[in-house]
Amino acid sequence: MTTTAASSSLSVTTSQSVRQQQWREFWFYFSASKTAVAGLVFLIGVILVAIFADIISPHLPAEQYREFAEIPPAWMEGGQIQFFLGTDYAGRDMLSRIIHGARLSLLAGCIVVLLAASIGIFLGLVAGFKGGWVETIIMRVMDTIMAVPGLLMALVLVALLGPGLLNAMVAIAITYTPSFVRLSRASTINEMNRDYVTASRVAGAGPLRLMFISILPNCMAPLIVQGTLSFSTAILDTAALGFLGMGAQAPLPEWGTLIAENRDLMLSAPWTVTFPGIAILLAVLAINLMGDGLRDALDPKLKRS
Amino acid sequence: MALLDIGNLCVEFATAHGALKAVDGVDLQLDEGEIVAIVGESGSGKSVAMLALMGLLPWTAKVTADRMLFDGQDLLTMSAKQRRKIIGKDISMIFQEPMTSLNPCFSVGHQISEVLAQHFGRSRRSHKARTIKLLQQVGIPAAETRLKAYPHQLSGGMCQRVMIAMMIACEPKLLIADEPTTALDVTIQAQILELLVELQQANGMALVLITHDMAVVAETADRVVVQYAGQQVEQRLVEDLFQNPRHPYTQALLRALPEHSQGELLNAIPGVVPGQLDRPAGCLFNPRCEHVQAHCKQTPPKRTEDILCHYPLPLAGQKS
Amino acid sequence: MSQPLIQARDLHKYYPVKSGFLQADKTLQALSGASFDLYAGQTLAVVGESGCGKSTLARLLTLIENPTAGQLALDGIDVSFAANAATKKQLRQTVQMVFQDPFGSLNPRQRIGDILQEPLIINTDMTAERRKQEVLFMMARVGLRDEHFHRYPHMFSGGQRQRIAIARALILKPKIVVLDEPVSALDVSIQAQVLNLLIELQQEMGLAYVFISHDLSVVRHIADQVLVMYLGKPVEQGRSEAVFSHPQHPYTQALLSATPQANTERKRQRIKLTGELPSPLNPPTGCTFHPRCQHATAQCKATQPHMAEQGEVSVSCLLYS
Repeated sequence: MTTTAASSSLSVTTSQSVRQQQWREFWFYFSASKTAVAGLVFLIGVILVAIFADIISPHLPAEQYREFAEIPPAWMEGGQIQFFLGTDYAGRDMLSRIIHGARLSLLAGCIVVLLAASIGIFLGLVAGFKGGWVETIIMRVMDTIMAVPGLLMALVLVALLGPGLLNAMVAIAITYTPSFVRLSRASTINEMNRDYVTASRVAGAGPLRLMFISILPNCMAPLIVQGTLSFSTAILDTAALGFLGMGAQAPLPEWGTLIAENRDLMLSAPWTVTFPGIAILLAVLAINLMGDGLRDALDPKLKRS
Repeated sequence: MALLDIGNLCVEFATAHGALKAVDGVDLQLDEGEIVAIVGESGSGKSVAMLALMGLLPWTAKVTADRMLFDGQDLLTMSAKQRRKIIGKDISMIFQEPMTSLNPCFSVGHQISEVLAQHFGRSRRSHKARTIKLLQQVGIPAAETRLKAYPHQLSGGMCQRVMIAMMIACEPKLLIADEPTTALDVTIQAQILELLVELQQANGMALVLITHDMAVVAETADRVVVQYAGQQVEQRLVEDLFQNPRHPYTQALLRALPEHSQGELLNAIPGVVPGQLDRPAGCLFNPRCEHVQAHCKQTPPKRTEDILCHYPLPLAGQKS
Repeated sequence: MSQPLIQARDLHKYYPVKSGFLQADKTLQALSGASFDLYAGQTLAVVGESGCGKSTLARLLTLIENPTAGQLALDGIDVSFAANAATKKQLRQTVQMVFQDPFGSLNPRQRIGDILQEPLIINTDMTAERRKQEVLFMMARVGLRDEHFHRYPHMFSGGQRQRIAIARALILKPKIVVLDEPVSALDVSIQAQVLNLLIELQQEMGLAYVFISHDLSVVRHIADQVLVMYLGKPVEQGRSEAVFSHPQHPYTQALLSATPQANTERKRQRIKLTGELPSPLNPPTGCTFHPRCQHATAQCKATQPHMAEQGEVSVSCLLYS
């Protein structure tokens, strides 16, 4: 006896239209926060700048114009239009270097988050699911990593591995792993006792299926938010390592390295350190605002009606 | 003058899919000492209507009404400060989940005396004697020792008793109970309902009992309001309603109860309650109604004699 | 009458509970001695309040946990002591479960089609095409439409989700279905629809149901046999009609008396059951019900009663021994 079970959604026939409806709903909640949308727009801008850096950038980032060293920005006295944001100590165009630096910063953010998240989520899942001594070992190792201040540990690791952008990214990723482990372990423990996991167990699912297909997708919301915020912190930490000379090495135009190179010019040519700093500030701000909006959109408890 | 006078209460929510009319035209008059049950299934708007009365709805809700008067005061135009003086003192509400309705960080005694301090002034400590008396009144044994207990140390039934104690602390004129026993075991449910009726009679309180359980309504209420999909479809005295339901939905609901089944299968009502996006034209119940006519599918019915139906079922002894 | 699908004898389940650093572990006696036989096409209702052990019994019957003591045979196969993987797999196709909470028993991140295919993926080697066919067939049988295949659980109402849960339980064509409060979270009108569906499916597929519920009016309608439990122990057992018309155990009587009925004339004398349910960690001595029983005597405090036949039912009470 079939009843006309009218669902309260729109008439949907394909998997595609279901996905579209979900995106629409997500966008409704995300766009409720104007700052989050602003952050997203800015971030998209940065990504585009990074992708099209070669085309947008007025000069090559490494090209030195010796006669034009330490020229102030175009709107100040002595500035020139062709070097819009001024030049650094070696006569390299600041604007071009900052534009190319966007690539490096975004790359750093991506790689750090990918590394930290994939290792951290896996360890957290296993810890939460298995429990017992496996959990104890994983959590104690994570506790040890967390006991050391992040930047300090990154410095130590870079000292061991040797300076360079890639090594810096690996070091920072290791310091971020514990937070992902904690989050995913907590979510796993929460979700493990829910009925749908028991139902999968009764259907005969083994531990791998339970962990990765049943439980993991339900833990994603706080992990996505953590990933977004880690992205911005990674940019900051990469810049810090670069500033300390342990990250990206000159002449790579990574934003932190730019500040480091021009450290001595802080008073005489302030534009050489200010603009990279502003670039870092705006990028991190944009990502954080977007992360807030993401959390609101993904957190079911905050959903209205 | 009626204690509570609500006319044409409507509540609309702003959602991702547009506006949702959760409550559509609810009228309710209540005198002191009456027990009225509001009965309905999910989506009937029974809780939302009372939450609107209490001012407890989120910012996405828009509340409109022709009138909403409590004890002569207009709740619609009241400021938030004035409202806080009434809510908790003259109108109280207890909720469904007793374990989560109490603050887990504070002891039971603290929470009750806080209510007293809020509405009667003076410090919390000075209300200790009254707190103990309240706990005894709701049937908690060894009340003095329970003052320091935390909610997680008490069972569901005990927590609900504490909630009731909190809510009658200021001797309210109206107590709204939103599914107070749904989360409790059957024997505890019987105890709590009996307690509510006892307190209601002792204090002359009016009681609004929101529930989905028709059996509880039959044994407890004086008057019944039946709601369907946000609308008020029938309002009768309880004996009349059970013996002679006049709205097809009420009749179908009563017949769907397991105790009224004849034979193997139950008399299920086909179809489901309309959601936000599939509200039918005309009468909201028409796709599921046994007695539907062509007229029902086009025109929304008007309320006559407290029944929202074009063709109400006849009274016993009356010709249709 | 063929062999019973479930044979349970004196099932016990205890859990060790840590109680502090220097103290000995306490034992939680979740289930102390349940015995019954259940045949194909029949429904056994397990009735009781919180802490009575009905959920524990469900976990034992669906092989999520092993009993601490006692015998359990499903479809003739003894499962009492950690059967090997192959037997477990076979038994999985014999017994399945429907859970109470329609909102929690479906994975929010999986589409219905995937949820329903999962048991088939794990336990059979059907092709994707064949699996989809099976799923669509089962969906139609429980009253869902083809287009629901791609949707997520939150797009459905409570009643529909419970139908999906029933479809999932039946997709492996089990012989026994354990239903843990399957309609308690549903509205009355939807409850009736889902119960009718369950009854029809039982008749069609010859299923044996273990129906756990606290709602006595539903139980009275659907059950052939009733098992009343209190704090992990069975107190009364027998044919449904007999238990409901002439309850023998004081707890059963109190339970029936406390259940409200949709009848305005019967404002009757309740058997007032005072006090709260005792904690299963510290059960009362002797008969666990004696602190709340109006017929309790000094002997009840000291001696534990056992199940004994009394007319048409079995009762565990010193009044009758």
